[in-house]
Amino acid sequence: MFEIHAGLFNYWAAIALMMVGFYIVIAQGNLIKKIVGLNIFQVAVFVFYISMGKIDGGTAPILGEGIKVYSNPLPHVLILTAIVVGVATTALALALVVRINRSYGTIEEREIIEINHAADHDEDTRL
Amino acid sequence: MTAEPNIFLILLVIIPLMAAPICVLTRNANVAWSISMAVAWAVLGIAIKLVMELSAHDKVLYYRIGGWDAPWGIEYALDKVGGLVILVVASIGALTLTYAKRSVEKEITSERIYLFYAMLMLCISGLLGIAITGDAFNLFVFMEISSLSSYVLISLGKDKRALTSAFNYLIMGTIGATFYIIGVGMMYMMTGTLNIADLSSILPAVADTRTILVALAFLTVGISLKLALFPLHMWLPGAYAFAPSVVTIFLAATATKVSLYVLIRIFFTMFGRIDVFETFPLQPVLFGMALAAMFIASLAAIWQQNIKRMLAYSSIAQVGYMVLGIAIATEAGLTGGIIHIFNHALIKGSMFMAVGAMAFGLGVTTINDMAGIGRRMPLVMAAFVVGGLGLIGIPLTVGFVSKWALVSAALDAEMWPLAALILLSSLLAVIYVWRVVEVAYMRPSPENAKQPVQVPFSMLAPMWVLALASVWFGANATFTMDLAHSAAGHLMEGF
Amino acid sequence: MFTPETSMLLALLLPLVGGAFILLLGERNRNLREAATILTSLVLFTVVVGLTTDVMSGATPTLVMFDMVPGFAISFTAEPLGQIFALIASGLWIINSIYSIGYMRGNNEKNQTRFYLFFTIAISSAIGIAYAGNMLTLFVFYEVLTLSTYPLVTHSGKPAALAGGRMYLGILMATSIGLLFMGMMWTLSLTGTLEFTPGGILAGKAEGPLVGVLLFLYMFGIGKAALMPIHRWLPAAMVAPTPVSALLHAVAVVKAGVFSVVKVIVYIFGIDLLNSESSDNWLIYIAGYTIIAASIIALRQDNLKRRLAYSTVSQLSYVILAAAILAPISIVGAAFHIAAHAFGKITLFFAAGSIYTAAHKTEVSQLDGIGRRMPFTMAAFTIGAISMIGLPPTAGFISKWYILSGALETGQMFAIGVIIISTLLNAAYFLPIVYAAFFKPEVSPPKHPHGEAPLAIVIAISLTAIGTMALFFFPDIPLGLAQTLAQTAAGGN
Repeated sequence: MFEIHAGLFNYWAAIALMMVGFYIVIAQGNLIKKIVGLNIFQVAVFVFYISMGKIDGGTAPILGEGIKVYSNPLPHVLILTAIVVGVATTALALALVVRINRSYGTIEEREIIEINHAADHDEDTRL
Repeated sequence: MTAEPNIFLILLVIIPLMAAPICVLTRNANVAWSISMAVAWAVLGIAIKLVMELSAHDKVLYYRIGGWDAPWGIEYALDKVGGLVILVVASIGALTLTYAKRSVEKEITSERIYLFYAMLMLCISGLLGIAITGDAFNLFVFMEISSLSSYVLISLGKDKRALTSAFNYLIMGTIGATFYIIGVGMMYMMTGTLNIADLSSILPAVADTRTILVALAFLTVGISLKLALFPLHMWLPGAYAFAPSVVTIFLAATATKVSLYVLIRIFFTMFGRIDVFETFPLQPVLFGMALAAMFIASLAAIWQQNIKRMLAYSSIAQVGYMVLGIAIATEAGLTGGIIHIFNHALIKGSMFMAVGAMAFGLGVTTINDMAGIGRRMPLVMAAFVVGGLGLIGIPLTVGFVSKWALVSAALDAEMWPLAALILLSSLLAVIYVWRVVEVAYMRPSPENAKQPVQVPFSMLAPMWVLALASVWFGANATFTMDLAHSAAGHLMEGF
Repeated sequence: MFTPETSMLLALLLPLVGGAFILLLGERNRNLREAATILTSLVLFTVVVGLTTDVMSGATPTLVMFDMVPGFAISFTAEPLGQIFALIASGLWIINSIYSIGYMRGNNEKNQTRFYLFFTIAISSAIGIAYAGNMLTLFVFYEVLTLSTYPLVTHSGKPAALAGGRMYLGILMATSIGLLFMGMMWTLSLTGTLEFTPGGILAGKAEGPLVGVLLFLYMFGIGKAALMPIHRWLPAAMVAPTPVSALLHAVAVVKAGVFSVVKVIVYIFGIDLLNSESSDNWLIYIAGYTIIAASIIALRQDNLKRRLAYSTVSQLSYVILAAAILAPISIVGAAFHIAAHAFGKITLFFAAGSIYTAAHKTEVSQLDGIGRRMPFTMAAFTIGAISMIGLPPTAGFISKWYILSGALETGQMFAIGVIIISTLLNAAYFLPIVYAAFFKPEVSPPKHPHGEAPLAIVIAISLTAIGTMALFFFPDIPLGLAQTLAQTAAGGN
C-alpha cells in the first residue's frame, strides 16, 4: 500500500499544488493573488504532465549508442505549449488588473463588487 | 487513411489566423476592417464549400499537418457535426463583421479598433479550429486562442464593469481549460494517444479504470465551465452584458455553441464506443443541471432590467435545452441538441444585433430605455420580436423546430415528464420576451425622447438576414433537420 | 374558375394581399384603405363559396405545401367542418368590416391602419385553421391567430387593455404550448402521423387512461374553446373595441377553438374510440358544468359586454358538449351550432357596440327605454337573444334540436338536464334586457339626446340579424355540410 502511494508521489504533489492554487483563486480577494493562485493551479498540471512522461533511469530521447531507455518526449513538448498559453493568460490577466485598478481605484474584489452593485442598482432603477 | 487530404480544412484556420497579425500591423481601423471583412466572407465561402462536400459524399474530410500520419502528426477531420458548427461560426462571423464597422466606431475608442479586428480574427480562427481538429491537445490550443481573444474583446466594452467581467471570465475560463487538459493528460496516460479517432478505439479497453472515470469528470466539468452550463454560468451574464455589442453578438451566437460541440465530441466520439450514459452516472447529473438552467436562468431573465443581461440569462437557459438534448442520448435527442445549436445562433444573433442597433440609435441599455421604441425604430424592434418569438418557440420560427425535435425525442425515449418540463420552461420565455414587447410597443415614449440616429443599412441588413433565416429555417427545416439528423446518426455510430 | 386546390391557397393569401394594400394606403388614404378591406373580404367570400359545392359533393381537395419538419408538411384539406368555419369567418368578415368602419370612425380610434392590418392576418390564419390538413398545420395557424389578435385586443394601449392583453396572451399561450403541443407530440409519438383522418388516428394506438389523458391535453390545450377554468381570457379581452370582440366571439377566435375541438374529436380520436373508452367521460361533465356556471355568472354581470362574454363561454361548451355526446346526430348539432352561435353572437355584440357608439352606455342597468331611441339595434338584439335561448325562428333552435336529439338517442340524461336548465338561464339573463329596452320608461332624459347608431353599423347589424333568422329558414348549406361531416365521422372512413 505504502509502495503504491509513495511511488505515485509525483501525482500527490500535483494534487497538492492544484488544491493550493484552487484555494487561492477562490479564497483570495486580491486580484493579483488570484492570478498567482491560477498560476500555481496551472503549474500543478504542468508537473503532472512532465512527471507522467518520465521513466526511471531514462534519458533524453536522443538516438545514440547505448541509449535504450528514454523518457516520453511528447508530454514535455505539449507542456511547452501549455506554458506558452499560461504565460499569455497571465499577461492578459495582469493587463486587465492594471486597467481595473485605473477604473475602480482598487484591486480588492470586495470593493469592486460593491461598486458594481451600485452601478447595477443605478441602472435598474433608472426610468 | 486513404482519404484525399483536403487543403481547405487548414485554410479555414490559417487564413483568419494570419489576418490577425496583419490587422495589427496596419494600425488603421478601416484597413483592418476591410481585411477582416474579406477574410470572414472568404472563410464563409470555404465553410459552405466544405459543408456541401460533406452532404454530397457521406464521408469525413481529412487533412494531416506536415503530411505526418495520425497518430504521430496532428490530424484535422471534419464530419457533419463539425460541418454544422463551422457553418454557424463562419456565417455569424461574416455577418458580424458586416455589422461591426459602424457599431464598433461608436462603441470602441478609435485607436483600439484595429486591435479589435485582430482579436476578432483570432477568435474566429480558434473557434473554427476547435471544430475541425482531430487532436485532443490541439483542441485545447484552439480553445485557448479563442478564449484569450474573447477575454480581450469583452474588456473593450465602454462600461468599466466590462473589465471585471472579462477578468472573471478569464479566471473561470482558464480553470475550465486546465480541467480539460488534466482530462486529456489522464486519457493519454492510459492510451498513449491524443488523436480523437485513436482515443475512440483504444478507450474501451481501459474504460473500467478509475483514471478514465476521473478523466471524464474533469473533461465534463471543464467544458461545462466554458459553455456556461448551470451552475457554472456565473461568468456569462456580465460578460455578455458589458462587452461591446458586436462582441456579444458574436460570442452569444458562437462561443458557447462551439463548447457544446466539444462536449458532444467527448461523449460521442472520444468515449463513443463506451456507453458513457450507461457506464457512468452522467445522465441524471446532466439532466439536473440542464433543467436547473432552463428554469432558474429563465426566471432570472424575467427579473433583469439590463436588456443584454436578460438575453444572456436566456442564453444560459437555452444552453440547458441543448445539453438536455445531448443527455437524452438517443439519436433523436442528439438531433434536437445539434439543431438547437444552429437555431439558437440565428435567434440570439438577430436579437443581439437588434439590441446593438438600439444602442446605436438611442443608447439603449435597459428595458426602461426601450419605451415606445416600437414606433421610433420599427424595423429594429420587429427583428427583435421575430427573435423573441423564436425563443418562445412559436411555429414558423426556428425555435419551434428545436422544441419539436427535443420534445419528440423526450417522448420517444418515454421521458414524458422531461417533455412537460421543456414546454413549461418555454412558457417562462413568453414572460420575459413579452415584458420587453409591452414596453416597446405599448408604453409611450418619454416626453423628451430623442429622435433615434439613423441605423445604417450595414447593420440592418445582417440583422434581418438572421431574422429572416430564423423564419425560413423555421418554416422549412428540412435542410437543417436532415443535416442534424445525419450528424447525430454518424455520432451514434461512433467515429 | 379555379381548381379547388388553388382556391384554398387563394383564400389563405387573399387577406394577406389585402393587408399589404391596407399597409401601403395607410391613414392618408383612409377611404381607399377601407375599400381595400371590403373588397378583399368580398373576394375572399366568393372564393370560399366557390369551394362549397365541391365539398358538399364529398370531395376533399388536398394541397400539400412543403415539409416544415422532415416528414411533416404544411397541408390543407377542404372538408365539411372546415368549410362551415371558412364560410362563417369569411362571410362575417364582410359585415364586420362594414361595421368596423362605422365604429372606428364613430369613436375616432387611433392606429386604424394597424387595426385593419392585423385583422386581415387574423382572418388569414382563421382560414388556415379551417382548411388545415393535419394537426401541425392547425397548430401553426392557431398560434398565428393568437399572436395576430393580441395587438387588436390591446388596441387602446391603456393599462386596462394591457392587463387584458396579458391575460389573453398568457392563457392562450400557456395552454397551447403547455398542453396542446404536448398532446400533439404525444399523438405523434404514438401513431407516427398527424394527418386528420376520418375515424381518427389514435384508434388501436392508445387505450384506457391514456385516452383520457390525451383528451385532457387537447381539450384544455385548445384554450380558445374556453372550457372552465381556462375561460378567463375571454372576459378579459372585453377591453378591446367592439369589432374585435365580434372577431373574437363570432368570426374567428372562439370559433377556431370549438372548431379545433370538434376536429380533434372526429379526426384525431375518432368517435368510435371515444365511445369504447370510459376514461373520457369527464368531458361531458366539464362542458355541462361550464354551460351552467358561465350562465349563472352572466346573470350577475351588469356590464353588457361582460354578460355577453360569459354567454359565449356557455354557448361554446354547447359545441363541446354536443361533440362529447359522440352521436352522429349531435355532431351535426355541434357543427351547426358553430354557425348559429356566430350569427347570433355577432348580432348581440354589434348591438352592444351600437349602443356604446350612439349612447355611450355600457351597463345593462342603463338600458331602460333605449329600444324607442334605437329600434333597429334593439330589434336585432332581440333576435340574437332568441337565438341564444334557442327558440324558433332563429338558428339557435336548429342546433339545440340536433344536440337534444343526440342526447336522447344516446340516453345522456345529464346532457339533457344541462340543456334544459341553461335554456332557462339564458332566458333569464337576456329577456329582462329586451323587456327593459322596450317597455320600461327612460329613467331620466339622457344628457346627449341620441338616435340610432351610424348607418354602417345599422346596416351591419340588420344583416347579421337577418342572417340569424335566414339560417333557420334556409339551413341547407351548413346543415348539408354538417351531415356530410357526421357521415364521415360515423362511417369511420
